Amino acid sequence: MPKSFEPSVITANALLEGDVVYLRGSDWVRNLQDAEVLTDEADAQLRLIEASARSAEVVGVYLTAVDPEQGQIQTTHFREAFRATGPSNYAHGKQENV
Amino acid sequence: MYAYSDFDSQFIAQRNAQFRSQVERRIDGSLTEDEFKPLRLMNGLYLQLHAYMLRVAIPYGTLNSHQMQKLADIADKWDKGYGHFTTRQNIQYNWPELRDVPDMLDALAEVDMHAIQTSGNTIRNVTADHFAGAAADEIADPRPIAELIRQWSTDHPEFQFLPRKFKVAVSGASHDRAVLKAHDIGLQIVEQDGARGYRVIVGGGLGRTPMIGKVLYDFVASEDLLPTLEAIVSVYNLLGRRDNKYKARIKITVHENGIEDIRARVDARYKLIRPQFTGVDQQMLSRIEADFALPEFVTKSLATYETAYTNDPVFRAWADTNLSDHRAAGYAIVSISLKAHGATPGDATSHQMRVMAELAAEFGHNELRISHEQNVILPHVHRADLPALHARLKEAGLGTANIGLISDIIACPGMDYCALATARSIPIAQEIATRFDDLKLEHDVGPLKIKISGCINACGHHHVGHIGILGLDRAGVENYQITLGGDGTEDASIGERAGPGFSADEIIPAIERLVMAYLDLRSERAETFLQTYRRLGLAPFKAALYPQAKADAA
Repeated sequence: MPKSFEPSVITANALLEGDVVYLRGSDWVRNLQDAEVLTDEADAQLRLIEASARSAEVVGVYLTAVDPEQGQIQTTHFREAFRATGPSNYAHGKQENV
Repeated sequence: MYAYSDFDSQFIAQRNAQFRSQVERRIDGSLTEDEFKPLRLMNGLYLQLHAYMLRVAIPYGTLNSHQMQKLADIADKWDKGYGHFTTRQNIQYNWPELRDVPDMLDALAEVDMHAIQTSGNTIRNVTADHFAGAAADEIADPRPIAELIRQWSTDHPEFQFLPRKFKVAVSGASHDRAVLKAHDIGLQIVEQDGARGYRVIVGGGLGRTPMIGKVLYDFVASEDLLPTLEAIVSVYNLLGRRDNKYKARIKITVHENGIEDIRARVDARYKLIRPQFTGVDQQMLSRIEADFALPEFVTKSLATYETAYTNDPVFRAWADTNLSDHRAAGYAIVSISLKAHGATPGDATSHQMRVMAELAAEFGHNELRISHEQNVILPHVHRADLPALHARLKEAGLGTANIGLISDIIACPGMDYCALATARSIPIAQEIATRFDDLKLEHDVGPLKIKISGCINACGHHHVGHIGILGLDRAGVENYQITLGGDGTEDASIGERAGPGFSADEIIPAIERLVMAYLDLRSERAETFLQTYRRLGLAPFKAALYPQAKADAA
């Protein structure tokens, strides 16, 4: 049986700043908690195709699974956790603004 | 040091102008990312996890004070006030924005620097022994030939689309400090019957399939070197596999075809192209050699040095670990550790860069080097000046006395920055260094090289670490494999995998068990970790790493 679709967000890096962005509606937002969680696979695939076409704004668009339990969007892989916060050796990246 | 000719300056200016216009066209939508990516990579610009990363070449690891000052200025103006020195003698800026990169490249050009061919399937920055021109054990300074190779390989029309990247390292000493046997081509200056030439090693490399380089020629005369290199890369360009990225490096080409077959092909190609090398390269080389003339060494009293060495235990500990023998009487080679316990290996703040630049200007004939071990070298310092130098280094957090010891760890950026990484490297290095500093054991343990890579590509050289650590992703969790007995010197060997990996929580205690086992096992204090390992093999170390397996078997 194919694996069931997990709730996901669309993410990429911003073309100009290079930092991590997430899709919310038709906007790119910079905080994972502001991202739009997609739960329908067909919708998610369509949104991914549309988002990937926005090459003047972002680079490397992809879907990544999240865990939207308890009102917080949690990443499900440590790579995405680093992307959402920043490196562990300095308080740089997203965590700078928290 | 080599100074750019008008040709060099014009070439760099032209390339920078081209890149500026490419960036503009990417931003205005005329270029797609697929079109732009190869162009930015040719100019050293990557897109990493959190930001763009600009990798700047430091040819053969040599800088002057002025250049180091500029690197500090760039870190302040366009980055977050620091830079990361890499295992290929480059510096990486982790936080530039796309619009600023053309200005950064122009700033680099002001001090004869660039980021060309620090990425892509081309001949990369040529690295060299970081003690070049200063080491007591050197036949000749390898930097002139490294500079000639830089000029030959930069924008070489035949070699812009090789099957895969291509790395060259050179050394002028029999003790290999440049990891020659882990490069696509390693060149060692040798003498035969009074004539100077090169031993040519090919097909070394780390990464997914680590290989120790093989000797292609024991002796190539100086004037025949460039055509020989051209013949080798030319043979590889046609023969190297383009069907499989993981089999595309020359190490696989040499392995699959055999060194004799490669030699026959290179010989044939060489015969064909040799007449094209009419001696212009040798004229250029002699001009370059003049640029690398040694500084005028002076004679001074050693009294200040001797007094400090006798009376100041902190200075003495630093002098014992961080100084190496210099070719000139009264001088020393100073290794400045960028591995303060708990700090990120290879990182220097802009303030630290400026301090090192000032100290090089004041005490070190204006010269600095970057080592592949991610430290900074002042190659020519008179011993009389060492106490003053050491005091200033300490003030800037640069006085750590740990060169060659367990906390002098090579670590790639790992998953804290790198888009290719499968696990973090930096925190593991930080924790090992902090742990052994707390134990106050590192001087007792003695020479021990730990090298950490955050993925199979092995930028952290883990295969040639006495203790190598490879970070992997095992079912969504960071997992660290240990290899033992690797060596990157003239006795190069690839480390042996010790067994199953460890979690991030388990890896530091595992390293501690390993080192404690060594202290028990060594025959005498002078026997190093690597010597003990070579004498006893894997078994006793494996028993220390996996006590549970031993208990289960009992």
